[in-house]
Amino acid sequence: MILDQVVTGLLTGLIYGLLALGLSVIFGVMRIVNFAHGEMSVVAMYAAWAAARYLGLDPLLSLIPIAAIFFGAGYLLQRGLIQPFVSRPDYMQFILLISVALILTNGALLVFGPEARGIQVDYAFDSYEIGTFLIDKVRLLAAGAALTLTGLLLAFFRFTLTGKAIRAAADNRTGAQVIGLDIGKLYAVTFGIGTASLGAAGVLMALLNDAIPRLGPELTLLSFVIVIVGGLGSMTGALAGGVLIGVSEALAGTLLQPSLKSMFSFALLVLILLLRPQGLLGERS
Amino acid sequence: MNTLLELQGVTKSFRGLKANEDIGFTVGEGEIVGLIGPNGAGKTTLFNMIAGVFPPDRGTIRLSGRDLVGLKPHQTCAAGIGRTFQIVRPFPHLTVAENVLIGALHAEKKMHAARTRAAEVLALVGLDAKAAQKAGTLTLPERKCLEVARALATRPRLLLLDEVMAGLRPNETDQMVAIFRRLNRETGLSILLVEHVMRAVMALSHRVVVINSGRFLCAGLPADVVKDPRVLECYLGGED
Amino acid sequence: MKRTALFVLIGLFLLAPLASGPYLLSLLTTLLTFAYLGQAWNIMMGFAGQLSLGHALYVGLGAYVSAALSLFWGIPPILGVFPAMAAAALVGSAIGFLSFRFAVKGVHFTLLTIAFAEIARLTFQHLSALGGTGGLFLPVEARTGVDLIHLRGDPRMFYYVILAMAAALFLACRALMASPLGYRWQALREDPAAAESLGVNLLRVKLAAIALSAALTAAGGVFTAFFYNALFPDQWFGLGYSIEIILAPIIGGLGTLFGPILGAILLTPLGEAITAVTDGLGWQSAGIKPFCYGVCLLLIVKFLPDGIWPAIRKRLP
Repeated sequence: MILDQVVTGLLTGLIYGLLALGLSVIFGVMRIVNFAHGEMSVVAMYAAWAAARYLGLDPLLSLIPIAAIFFGAGYLLQRGLIQPFVSRPDYMQFILLISVALILTNGALLVFGPEARGIQVDYAFDSYEIGTFLIDKVRLLAAGAALTLTGLLLAFFRFTLTGKAIRAAADNRTGAQVIGLDIGKLYAVTFGIGTASLGAAGVLMALLNDAIPRLGPELTLLSFVIVIVGGLGSMTGALAGGVLIGVSEALAGTLLQPSLKSMFSFALLVLILLLRPQGLLGERS
Repeated sequence: MNTLLELQGVTKSFRGLKANEDIGFTVGEGEIVGLIGPNGAGKTTLFNMIAGVFPPDRGTIRLSGRDLVGLKPHQTCAAGIGRTFQIVRPFPHLTVAENVLIGALHAEKKMHAARTRAAEVLALVGLDAKAAQKAGTLTLPERKCLEVARALATRPRLLLLDEVMAGLRPNETDQMVAIFRRLNRETGLSILLVEHVMRAVMALSHRVVVINSGRFLCAGLPADVVKDPRVLECYLGGED
Repeated sequence: MKRTALFVLIGLFLLAPLASGPYLLSLLTTLLTFAYLGQAWNIMMGFAGQLSLGHALYVGLGAYVSAALSLFWGIPPILGVFPAMAAAALVGSAIGFLSFRFAVKGVHFTLLTIAFAEIARLTFQHLSALGGTGGLFLPVEARTGVDLIHLRGDPRMFYYVILAMAAALFLACRALMASPLGYRWQALREDPAAAESLGVNLLRVKLAAIALSAALTAAGGVFTAFFYNALFPDQWFGLGYSIEIILAPIIGGLGTLFGPILGAILLTPLGEAITAVTDGLGWQSAGIKPFCYGVCLLLIVKFLPDGIWPAIRKRLP
């Protein structure tokens, strides 16, 4: 029973990891905290819902086009709105993205209404029996997709030229400019990648949860908790933090009252902010 | 001459890298001491330890016999240390007068007394005409003056100057030197200055202390020190 | 010119109830509440540079403490406001102290303020003695007469109470800004390291800002509790409320005295007008108000990052 919960939490945590990865990438490179992170992923949930409802597309199929659109939207958002704020005080960046969050959440409320929108796939109730475990097919597929995308992203940053350039810009902005890297473009690509990963995570979450506007702030806070646990700016940390939070939420949900789940997350957030601000995995600078 | 500042065996490492090792020297009451050494010799680290930004790993720092080690910057300020920063840090959105007022509030608890003190100090450094301007609009030399004025307003017994002459034109340097000489003569203010502009070091210092690679090298009268072959080798010879 | 404008404004606010019906009066009361809360928040962010996104915590604490004291021990709000403010100051100081002790700064500090507000929200959801998620209700009596001790009476009384509170806070903030503490706050906001080198005790100055801001916000919470009479943890401690509090001062002008008032004067009627228009057209309009607030905030941060008041002041003779 408890082990089943651990596996469920682990699978959900992989999606959380992908979601938080977007936040961590954007912060790690641009030092901007995307306060609209959860709200943006809720928009992706609605997009997945609309694709399923009106086009009959399985979210696992709409995943790639939606992520691509999100990449473009993120790229443009960075170019058009956020770029001048990179060098401004951090509270101003925060407020800018709060305004984006307000617009997205309430825009979703205006367009889709307050009702929950759920996707029914025909394998919704299938499950696999592996040994003594009973695993939902949907959750397994979504988690597998999340893990694949996370792996691809990590590989992108490690092996491709653009990925390396972005990491160089993150390490040393001036140095990167000196050797002729186009920082503005790299930042826009980074924001695009961060947005694409939160978009993909949103689509995958739409398989497991109903889309509802007020989920936005919750997911933003959840992403914060995860990246703080894993170390703000660390990519592998985001994945590990996602799994850790996924599992502990699932366990807290069984062992404690379900509503105390988030209490646990926030208590963890406070402890880590105070005692290990670099995160459980990050290095102290 | 009584000893004002006394350093003994001051040692500090960052991640195993020794920034200062076993440094000891004194600054007497009413004395102006120049602290020189090539880049990376550990001068700013030493300043930060005197001002309480971080404590030394070992050694003692005393001001009139009082141990400063372990005090926070606001406490060393209360003990009588005033400082400037190598990279100037004015409060950009406050006016020049308000910048200095915040220092003056340390010396004078009453608002009107602090305002009077701020105005006096501004006149002293020749910034009174700019008193109502926002500090963010000042030129670099003016910012340096402001930084000095702010520190002076706290009524320090020892002023730490971290490269205040860098980036000034020769005539501006001479003006600064004149201000410090006058302050020293009229109020007995002691000064410890880190400086690369030798023109200022030679004109101001009663005595010069040379450190190299984090270690004490030698000390003496300015005219003697610049002739010391060890100094020439490590410092003057090292630069173009 | 500025002085005349101020007197006209005060006059308008003093006479407004004579000319307004119940709807307009309640709108003005809301407006002044946000002006007051924004002013209190501005002490911490605008003056001392500490961004709190958890100020709902202090509104909620003030509201729940005073409501509980009144409901269970019969202590009237005029006395209950003191323990309410003390509780908020204590919690604020604890957060401030922890953040100072563990050097939690910038974005991390802001996240800490959110986390504490969320923890409080979840805690109050589970405090069944205080109603839990079901809410805590103050008995609603006939809305007539004037009972300042129990904060019961005519809507006009509530209006004048919050007007007096907002005016007093405005004057207090003006005095604070010109005081040694006010200047030390600004030094902390501009450059903590430089401030410290000038003898500013950062811990003391930061705690003073947080404690004072929290206590004053809690006093606003007491008023709001007795005005609305119904307390729900999700509403009173929620992140949404925290964000609503910071809108007016940011739009009006961070760190300015008129900013929070001007912001509230512009925003509250705008929100009401939009709601009225969409309702009138028969649209489904849930979310339209915060949506427009978001657009306003975006435009201000993008084009007038210092807020509206500094832009106006520049053009005043």
